[in-house]
Amino acid sequence: MMLRADSRLEKVLTAGEFAVTVEIGPPRGPDPEVLHKKADMLKGMADAYNVTDNQTAVVRMSSIAGSKILLDAGLEPVMQMTCRDRNRIAVQSDLLGASAMGIRNCLCLSGDHQKASAAGKLKGHPGAKNVYDVDSIQLISILKGLRDDAVQEGGDVITAPAPFFIGAAWTPLSPPEKFRIMRLEKKIDAGADFIQTQVVYDIARFAEAVHVAHDTGLTERAAVLPGVIVPKSAGMLRYMSENVAGVQVPDELLKRMKDAKDAKAEGVKIAVELVQAIREIPGLKGIHLQAIEWEEILPEVIEKAGLLPRPRL
Amino acid sequence: MIFAERKPIEEILEMIRGRKRVLLVGCATCVAECAAGGEEEVETLAPLLRLALKEKGQEVEIVTKTLERQCEWEFVEELTELLPEVDAVLSLGCGIGVQALAERFPEVPVYPGVNTSTLALRPEAGLWVSRCSACGDCVLDETFGICPVARCAKGLMNGPCGGTREDGKCELDEGSDCAWKLIIERAEARGELDKLKKIRAPKDWSNSRHGGPKKVVREDLRT
Repeated sequence: MMLRADSRLEKVLTAGEFAVTVEIGPPRGPDPEVLHKKADMLKGMADAYNVTDNQTAVVRMSSIAGSKILLDAGLEPVMQMTCRDRNRIAVQSDLLGASAMGIRNCLCLSGDHQKASAAGKLKGHPGAKNVYDVDSIQLISILKGLRDDAVQEGGDVITAPAPFFIGAAWTPLSPPEKFRIMRLEKKIDAGADFIQTQVVYDIARFAEAVHVAHDTGLTERAAVLPGVIVPKSAGMLRYMSENVAGVQVPDELLKRMKDAKDAKAEGVKIAVELVQAIREIPGLKGIHLQAIEWEEILPEVIEKAGLLPRPRL
Repeated sequence: MIFAERKPIEEILEMIRGRKRVLLVGCATCVAECAAGGEEEVETLAPLLRLALKEKGQEVEIVTKTLERQCEWEFVEELTELLPEVDAVLSLGCGIGVQALAERFPEVPVYPGVNTSTLALRPEAGLWVSRCSACGDCVLDETFGICPVARCAKGLMNGPCGGTREDGKCELDEGSDCAWKLIIERAEARGELDKLKKIRAPKDWSNSRHGGPKKVVREDLRT
């Protein structure tokens, strides 16, 4: 089979292996050491590593630079790119630059609104002007154009195709739920090769949504990797359930975390169970694991979930 | 209407600091409708300014006048007699009104007393909501009469981001409905949800301010 971008993630998925991606957040400063340390800690644990693009609209090292640092450390990045900060000129220029540096996976996102940062602990830049010249689906189309037709959005031809394995997000449990499956389809129609979902805690409801995607053939057209965030405390889980759109945590899980003598150990246990439950849902092709400001726990979760060793290609 | 809100009084006082005779000009059109700069607001602001200036020990005379429309020369001319007597103008008109006065009377400073922020609808008394961003490329035919440019915080053109709350509100503002939720509901009610499957290509922003300042000439109307 002709590969589109020849990335490790694409090869793992094409080989029919259950893929593992994890998230690595770049630092709020210029020091590459932070990323080197995370890279050392997580090397060999996943097939690819998502590098976030100024998540929650808080300024961090760019996802392009972070991705290149991981690449140099021998880890394959999934460069996240949002529509918040770049118009179509900057988007394409950054994509060409990323491609030139060997970055092959790109996750296309709308991006957190800059006012969202004001709700967190940090100041962020709520007074910033956002861009949103294109939306995430249009961004996917742009990547597809650069890859398949070697043509820019405006119609100008580029000197060589930019081979990207194109990712998109899916939040199946946000309202209006009926449209969420249509939006997934739009993303796949636009050119998405893989999908990383909003974090899943409510397996039953999530499985229903995946069932529809599976029935309509969407899970065969793009590889769906559900998101799992390792719970760190009952408070964190409750916060997510109450404040993060599309995330509902069943009472049973909240109670387990609340009653646990060792919340972190319980969190690991829950994460492992979630991964195992997700593997039972037909149509899913991998897992996207995150541990917010707690990446050091990921090797334990991945190991206990039976996801090691990662396939050798 | 063009929607505006009055600037904080401290900011206004700072602008007119050092002036002796200020002409406070209202506009009886949009800014009156949004209760920011009509005759009522002018006559309310004037005594507040006089009081605040007096407290600061500044001797300033505030002269008031409200025009039918600050954006039309015919009405702007009504200020001609008052202008020689003042050393500054404080306009409660929208950004267009302020500039019209400044263009007609370049010899005096014209200060903005309001912040103009959007094109709004007043669905009920005391409530104003954005409805248009003057993007220059209307898509309301495809979005069931609900504008995603003005009403989605991200101006998304192909459906809602993941940030729609359980109650259907935008994650940014608990008071605002997710525009795409409204579009989808209306499409569904008409039995036309499938129409939203169409992938809308990147928008052409060149007919808005992104394409440079707008200048329209209609030869048929020039005399």
